[in-house]
Amino acid sequence: MKKHLTKTLFSIAMATAFTVGCAGNSLATTDIQWWHAMGGVNGERVNKIANDFNASQKEYKIVPVYKGNYTETMTAAIASFRAKKHPHIVQVFEVGTATMMAAKGAVYPVEEMMNDAGLKLDKSAFLPAVISYYQTSDGELLSMPFNSSTPVMWYNKDAFAKAGIKEVPKTWPEVYEASKKLVAAGYKGGFSFGWQSWVMLENFGAWHNIEVGSKENGFAGLDTEFTFNNAAVKKVMADVAKGQKEHLFLYGGRRGDSLPMFINEEVGMWLNSSAYYGGIKKQAKFEFGQAMLPYYPELIDKPQNSIIGGATLWVLKGHEKGDYKGVAEFMNYLASPEVQAWWHQETGYVPITTAAYELSKKQGFYEKNPGTDTAIQQLSLNTPTPNSKGVRFGNFVQVRDIINEEMEAIWNGSKTASDAMDDAVKRGNKLLRKFEKANK
Amino acid sequence: MIEKRPMVSWFSHAVLLLGIAMVAFPIWITFVGASHDAIRMTQAPLPLLPGDQFFVNLKAVFVQGVGNAKEQSVGLMMFNSLVMAMMIAVGKITISLLSAYAIVYFRFPFRMLFFWMIFITLMLPVEVRILPTFEVVANLGMLNNYWGLTVPLIASATATFMFRQVFLTVPDELLEAARIDGAGPMRFFWDILLPISRTNIAALFVILFIYGWNQYLWPLLITTDKSMYTIVMGIKQMLEAAEEAPEWHLIMMTTLLAMIPPVMVVVGMQKLFIKGLTETEK
Amino acid sequence: MLKRTHFKPSALPYLLVAPQIIITVVFFIWPASQAVYQSLLLEDPFGLRTEFIWFENYVELFTDSIYFSTFLRTIVFSSLVAFLSLFIALILAAMADHVVRGTTVYRTLLIWPYAVAPVVAGTIWMFIFDPTLGIVSYLLHFVGYDWNHRLNGGQAMALIVLAATWKQISYNFLFFLAGMQSIPKSLIEAAAIDGAGPARRFWTIIFPLISPTTFFLMVMNIVYAFFETFGIVHAVTKGGPAKSTEILVYKVFNDGFIGLDLGGSAAQSVILMILVIALTIIQFKYIERKVEY
Repeated sequence: MKKHLTKTLFSIAMATAFTVGCAGNSLATTDIQWWHAMGGVNGERVNKIANDFNASQKEYKIVPVYKGNYTETMTAAIASFRAKKHPHIVQVFEVGTATMMAAKGAVYPVEEMMNDAGLKLDKSAFLPAVISYYQTSDGELLSMPFNSSTPVMWYNKDAFAKAGIKEVPKTWPEVYEASKKLVAAGYKGGFSFGWQSWVMLENFGAWHNIEVGSKENGFAGLDTEFTFNNAAVKKVMADVAKGQKEHLFLYGGRRGDSLPMFINEEVGMWLNSSAYYGGIKKQAKFEFGQAMLPYYPELIDKPQNSIIGGATLWVLKGHEKGDYKGVAEFMNYLASPEVQAWWHQETGYVPITTAAYELSKKQGFYEKNPGTDTAIQQLSLNTPTPNSKGVRFGNFVQVRDIINEEMEAIWNGSKTASDAMDDAVKRGNKLLRKFEKANK
Repeated sequence: MIEKRPMVSWFSHAVLLLGIAMVAFPIWITFVGASHDAIRMTQAPLPLLPGDQFFVNLKAVFVQGVGNAKEQSVGLMMFNSLVMAMMIAVGKITISLLSAYAIVYFRFPFRMLFFWMIFITLMLPVEVRILPTFEVVANLGMLNNYWGLTVPLIASATATFMFRQVFLTVPDELLEAARIDGAGPMRFFWDILLPISRTNIAALFVILFIYGWNQYLWPLLITTDKSMYTIVMGIKQMLEAAEEAPEWHLIMMTTLLAMIPPVMVVVGMQKLFIKGLTETEK
Repeated sequence: MLKRTHFKPSALPYLLVAPQIIITVVFFIWPASQAVYQSLLLEDPFGLRTEFIWFENYVELFTDSIYFSTFLRTIVFSSLVAFLSLFIALILAAMADHVVRGTTVYRTLLIWPYAVAPVVAGTIWMFIFDPTLGIVSYLLHFVGYDWNHRLNGGQAMALIVLAATWKQISYNFLFFLAGMQSIPKSLIEAAAIDGAGPARRFWTIIFPLISPTTFFLMVMNIVYAFFETFGIVHAVTKGGPAKSTEILVYKVFNDGFIGLDLGGSAAQSVILMILVIALTIIQFKYIERKVEY
């Protein structure tokens, strides 16, 4: 009401100053806004999906809009929601899941929307490791998985041959052994990684079936607390810090900033998302491969399963009822095996349905591109446990920043692994409590 | 006559050349980067000398476009930047001239209130109040058009402040003489004050043009329509390709192009710019 | 403040200030007051649940050692940028003032970084210093110095100081040069006849005479380093590694825009606003006095 009044007042005041030309919408089709964060080549692919869908029917028109990187896209969508100018569909990265979930008045759960539109959503068709990340504790699917990936170990086959490494390392001790050989063979370092909180902490936990936080990694309640300052995590961090002293590990920055180190053969192994396939294939002047993440045999006999990253599509409330029919149809189209298989093969993201995986297999994609099914195998290695379903913590964007900062403090020697993880947990818990309070 | 010491002169020239080298080095690197192909720009060490791909890249950004999905035309983005910069510069100068004139030459109730209302906005950048400002703009239906891109950024007092300083230095006799000639307030403004402030207007134009041209967070937030994207925003977006290495050769080419108009404005108007600025020290 | 001679009261002045006032109210005062209100709230990002918590956001800030160190860091960063860019610009201006021929050419070649967007400047410098690809880091590696601003906080700080300074030299140079050239040549000649060498002339005559310019530039540079360097930090380091380059403006943006902690970010905005208003008043008082002379 207050907002409304001011709005009216300002409108009157402004209308005299400028007339805002609004193009009249004379089209018969309904426009559906889809805000996404896919830059570069992937942006072209998003456009292709939208165009293909638009060509397949006449009622709805999907309008994809690139809104910057993941955080910029999410913030833009939230800001526009507050101003009631929001899109129908927004792509949100996995760390934003808890924030979106808590916004019950803003989010239209995908499963509910599909049911309302009379389109059946067959959840059993989806890969469990992919959708478990986005389900409520009663199993309702909240958002539509779109681009999912998981961290793998990229390695330089030529470098391995030169350094005399015969077997691709499977465990962490083997990674360090191989790194020593690489350094001895004249490489600047052994391995590096990116998206470090996701790869070295969240996935480390899932891979070794260790919780990152209480209450099933936050799935079972807002009163969750971080517990990752345990001996296992501290050990992996301390080992990396130790390895760094002998150049076995080189730090190259957050996100994918360390990719050039791998491309330029400064390091022989790189732990990061499987979705870098396209980029590496284009740039690397050497033979490369991907393998599963290394594990510690003393912590677990056989690794559990890794968790996904990437983003899903969330539907926002507040549009015409008829629009959502179009959104539902688009989601249906998106999940079809043909679209999924194409997207998976083009981008390196994992297929979200078993059908798409089977189709890719039938098309001979994995034979032609060996190693590209590493991610999916790793994700479906075992049935996810409460510790390997994913993570769901409030304010997680900020918490990831904290974890990044504390990890950087270890790498540059200003803190011990133990102190840094204790501090990260302490600072992170503060944000969890704030989130709990704001969302009660 | 000051004595000539050749040593000192040589030294001065040497220092200046060093300064120029330092200032120009990044631009040289940008130019070099814009003249190589994509693969070369991912291999260390990066080149120090230009390659032969300059025109290929130039064509690539102009014909195919850049940014997300290569569908944004550099030409259109530069045009949007130009419109944005011009609207901000012209709009701000206009409203500031008027308000400074009112505050300096008229006595009226609430004059001081207005004065302070304007002046507290002096230096606060839009970044720190961006979300509430966004809501206002959205409520007014100003997303995705030039009004939304420019009008909120006009709300700052730098220009008003400067014109106030200029007007204060104008001799009072001028107004008295004008009055004797029977000139009204608007007449006085047009015929006397405006011509006097010419160089200051030019100087401000330079500052504001650059300010407008260089915006990026604001356009990023309020545009969802590709036809409204600006060039600086385009560069930032090219850097953010998710899970892909940035295409440095195209980024550097776009950067080079994005620098040309503001640099032309500064260099072309440098005489007026300096004169206008230093006369009032603002 | 007001001309001694002025126009009779009428409706005209209201019409004249109206556009500026409307825009200021709608796009500045209103959003700013929203920010003040928001700083007293605990809110979820979508604005669906709101709780009034008085000054809790402020208390949290002031008891947070991280905020305090961000403050300190901002001061260090701003002083470094202001000092370096003033110092280099002063030297260059003195030299350009000294050489008889070519002043205009030198000026033209030195002023244009002013036109480069902070984000663009940051992008270029980041590119030059990229730990793996960058040309300078490659050269440094040869002389045995390991450059990695993604790991080493000191190096990251050095890099943003460098980029921010680079961009600001031109502006300072322009003002210094103009200031020096407005000093009557007779003064300098008189000193020269008294046997004062170029260095002595600079310190005893030129430098004191341009001190108003220096003071003005100091304020402008501090403001620049406080606020306008946002684009540089955003493009080069994003505040990292481990917060070592997070300055106040960046923190406001990062907590609010990225972290979606609207209340906490708004509280920081309010503190910044107060700071800016204080700076404005100081500068205003100073200029006011000068004009009075």
